[in-house]
Amino acid sequence: MKKKNKEPDKESRRNFLKSTALLSAGAVAGAGLISSCTGKPESKGEMVYLLTASGELVQVDPSQINRVRKEKLSELTGRGREGLVGHHWVMVIDLSKCKNARKCMGACENAHELKPYQHHINILQMQDAESTAPYYMPKPCYHCDNPPCTKVCPVNATFKRKDGIVLIDNERCIGCRFCIAACPYSARMFQWFEPDYTEEEKARVYDIELNVPQKKGTITKCLFSADRLRKGQLPYCVSACPNSVYWFGDKMEDAVTNGTTKETRKFSELIKENAGYTNFEDLGTKPQVYYLPPKNRTFPYVPAETILPEPEKKS
Amino acid sequence: MITDTKNSDRIREDLIRPLHKNSFANRVWIRVLIIVILPGIFAYGHQLIKGLGLTAMRDYSAWGLYIASFVFWVAVSLIGSLISSILKLLNQEWSTPMTRISELIALASIAMAGASIVIDMGRPDRVLNIILNGRIQSPIVWDFFVVNTYLVISAILLYLPMIPDIAILRDRMTEAPKWQQKIYKVLSVNWQGTKEQWALLKKSMKIMIILILPVAFSIHTVTSWLFAVNSRTGWHSTIFGPYFVAGAFVAGCAAVIIAMYIFRKRQKLQDYLTDKHFDMMNKLLVLTALVYLYFNINEYLVPGYTWQRLDGEHLQELFLGHEAPLFWGTQIFGLLLPIILLLFRPMRKPLPSFIIAIFVLIGAWVKRILIVIPTEFHTQFPIQLVPESFHHYIPTYNESIITIGTFGIAILIITLLVRVFPVIPIWETIHEQEVAETPSAKNLK
Repeated sequence: MKKKNKEPDKESRRNFLKSTALLSAGAVAGAGLISSCTGKPESKGEMVYLLTASGELVQVDPSQINRVRKEKLSELTGRGREGLVGHHWVMVIDLSKCKNARKCMGACENAHELKPYQHHINILQMQDAESTAPYYMPKPCYHCDNPPCTKVCPVNATFKRKDGIVLIDNERCIGCRFCIAACPYSARMFQWFEPDYTEEEKARVYDIELNVPQKKGTITKCLFSADRLRKGQLPYCVSACPNSVYWFGDKMEDAVTNGTTKETRKFSELIKENAGYTNFEDLGTKPQVYYLPPKNRTFPYVPAETILPEPEKKS
Repeated sequence: MITDTKNSDRIREDLIRPLHKNSFANRVWIRVLIIVILPGIFAYGHQLIKGLGLTAMRDYSAWGLYIASFVFWVAVSLIGSLISSILKLLNQEWSTPMTRISELIALASIAMAGASIVIDMGRPDRVLNIILNGRIQSPIVWDFFVVNTYLVISAILLYLPMIPDIAILRDRMTEAPKWQQKIYKVLSVNWQGTKEQWALLKKSMKIMIILILPVAFSIHTVTSWLFAVNSRTGWHSTIFGPYFVAGAFVAGCAAVIIAMYIFRKRQKLQDYLTDKHFDMMNKLLVLTALVYLYFNINEYLVPGYTWQRLDGEHLQELFLGHEAPLFWGTQIFGLLLPIILLLFRPMRKPLPSFIIAIFVLIGAWVKRILIVIPTEFHTQFPIQLVPESFHHYIPTYNESIITIGTFGIAILIITLLVRVFPVIPIWETIHEQEVAETPSAKNLK
């Protein structure tokens, strides 16, 4: 939030409108800290220790503690399914800037609690034809406007929101994996095993916009960081990139902001000036992730290992 | 309707005899099946706890043995409609002794098709979501409803023509154990063979015979659409519906021939499942196999001619790559050679055709695997930054044991049903015998 104050008016206005949502989200985090106090605390002159959001340890009289209401699953899912109406999120990936630093992948993996081989965003090493130049290509979910994956879902567990995001409801998914078969971009993954969670972690209220906690036997994929958008922040991957690869914004406002430089530009101009394109337009999926061609690269292309070590076998 | 001639008495005796005692061999056989099934059930329990990760399926090969088996089971189940509906509507009377066999196979297969789908689900506990939150736009929902409808219709089509037979058993099997007599009594629904009852039975049979046809075609067409509606190489094909249906009849004919041979041997039914029946069934197999061959040529030659990027990758792998032994193996031993061999009369005798049918059936199963799995590795984007094991699919022990278990259950269902009910429809056989012996019919010969 603070970082973004420098941004143009439009951005800050949107941020302001969302500040209420941010406050409530912060309150949830606070609730987690005091979750050990159960029942109605009474003042007995004893003080309890609390850790504030800024990292200070303070003493508080138990009678002063107001328990913050935890958001219910139905609320999170309800607003998650509705989406941020009035927006149409779009991402632009500048292939000429990508160094294969994989910071975006790391941030994403952390936020969504993924295994090293599960990629909501993956950086592919591409070469279109034998004699063409190789390049790195970050590949999130394309959040298609005509998504083949949501079409085939038998239970409406994956769906297209009004703001363009294709989301998954893992409290409903039956794990048929039809959407994996349908997605031409291999954007979807399945939780083949029980994720490594403690009982407490597993018991957290499922946040549809973060898809956490991950659930065994269900689908996981890129969500355009819907939880961050709700708070008026840029997606995890976009903010983590050190090389200004990512632009993210709202098609309705025709504005995209660079995750590294925080520069905001007109989306249409950016695409026009740089001959932006989407992948496999012939499939008719209408992807909402645009690419700027890998021309005049900032970094040289150095081939990297594309095979990960086998995951450890659990007994 | 049925007059008590000497001949019809003999038919009754012959067809009921196998039900009289539970032979030693039968008891052993059932135990063998249970030994096959139990590990499957344990393996499934294991999978329920640990997750589908116990299979070799991963994010690219997200469908594997279970879905391939599902397609196989749906395919085999279609034979019920071919023999007891299509052939009947075409007045092909030679097929009468095979109607019950085909319905038994249909029922057991479609039940296992349903089971395979549930086994494949990541969250089988949420299976009811398909009804509670079902989206009519999804082919899975269509499949869910047609599979269940077909299951019900198959059961009815097995049961309806059996009512007069069950009444015969009720009256004749007086030495059978109490539970068995009770089954006959309940299931014969007070059948007395009155004119009204016959009229009602024939009418309802006719309705079911016609009703099953669109359902049977839907079920396998929709099953093919589970693949064809995805824009993936090897799947996205407009002929997938008829291609699957044609292949289904091949697999089903083979299954019926195998079952015919076994029942003929076990229950000494040489007089009822004659060489002529084998001859005709094998001709039917050749006919369906030729149609299937035609679709195969279309399915592989056309994309093979254009050799577009992904099609080329896919076909390269099938024709000359890792899957080539399986691919050519099924095409040659499961389709081409059987067609050629069965053109010769001696090969259509019971034993040779039994052996050929086994090859055809195994070929049909392997073919389903080749339809489902290789496609999944030929993606638009390269498969990168995943472990090596994500690049191919070799079934694990756990999923193999589960799959074998479903085969065991299917065979057990058939075994238990023929333990209690006659394999050959009694009254229909008698009826046909009589029609054949009337003077007018003799004159026709």
